[in-house]
Amino acid sequence: MNDFVPQIVAFYCSNCASAAADVAEGLKLELPDNIKIINVPCTGRIEILHLLKPFEKGADGVYVAGCQEDSCRYTSGINKVKKRVEYVKKILEQLEIDPRRIEVFSLSASNGQEFANLGVKMSERVRSLGPNPAKG
Amino acid sequence: MIVAEQKPIREIWEMVKDFNKVLVIGCKGCVTVCNVGGAKEVGVLASLLRIAANKNGKTMEVGEATLERQCDPEYIEEVKDIIGEYDAVVSIACGVGPQFLSERYPQSRIFPGLNTKFMGGAVEHGVWSERCAGCGTCVVHYFGGLCPIARCSKSLLNGPCGGSSGGKCEISKEVDCVWDLIVRKLMEQGRLDELRQFRPAKDWTTARDGGPRTMIREELAK
Repeated sequence: MNDFVPQIVAFYCSNCASAAADVAEGLKLELPDNIKIINVPCTGRIEILHLLKPFEKGADGVYVAGCQEDSCRYTSGINKVKKRVEYVKKILEQLEIDPRRIEVFSLSASNGQEFANLGVKMSERVRSLGPNPAKG
Repeated sequence: MIVAEQKPIREIWEMVKDFNKVLVIGCKGCVTVCNVGGAKEVGVLASLLRIAANKNGKTMEVGEATLERQCDPEYIEEVKDIIGEYDAVVSIACGVGPQFLSERYPQSRIFPGLNTKFMGGAVEHGVWSERCAGCGTCVVHYFGGLCPIARCSKSLLNGPCGGSSGGKCEISKEVDCVWDLIVRKLMEQGRLDELRQFRPAKDWTTARDGGPRTMIREELAK
């Protein structure tokens, strides 16, 4: 179990989280390389199927990093994806898959440190949960 | 539209878990509009079944198809060349869909993926409300355009019961008393006296009370 390196898919909002990534880069902070980042113009575009596909294909965890609720570039994108993540958590529970494998976070554009912390935090969390039980 | 909701994924999984090839069939009609049985939801359910299969150590191939409608024979034909390749089919249409599929493809095992709820409309995004009970003889014009059959918990046609309080029905504070709405609307329109008109008892033989119904349009039927 100690050697287990979780494969994680992270959806990042281009408006805030990606800006935070630039700040992190300036601070020479990096995400762990077991995290595959997918940039999206707005997290509100992330559908339930987008959140499920990584699990179907064997990812161990998924997280979304979007704007803060009061400063979403497109007003309500982060609120929409938060509801969808909650929905996916409930479905995963029905399938007896730990819902902590998926999470959503709000991030401000200037917070490069938090950008890096999220990756480490999710990596540690999913590592403690072990491999995705639905890995084919 | 006909409003439906997806069955719990555990229930669907229990239906199909022993099959190796499963086809999920959606419908582009009402259930697409109420976000429960269109192409998008076919993709989600198929993905969930694959995840469930992997989780349970089973090999399951899950196919996807979405028909124009599942309540018209010509569209049911759209899967005739592929349905035989699957051991089981999950229809995510209203209750009509799995029955039309079962009738057309008697050799196939067809399972319902949805629970059909009611005929209604979207009162806001993500919220649907019942509006029609399909009684077969519409009388909403007697009641200010509001249907007491579908919207009164007791389907009363002669005024509110004693359970109406503050404009709400006694079954729930979330449910409007439709008779409160009817009376208020007719008062606003100055037509309250219309409710005092004598009308014969409603003929319920056109509703489900008359048994399963068929409608024939002579000018359309062959």
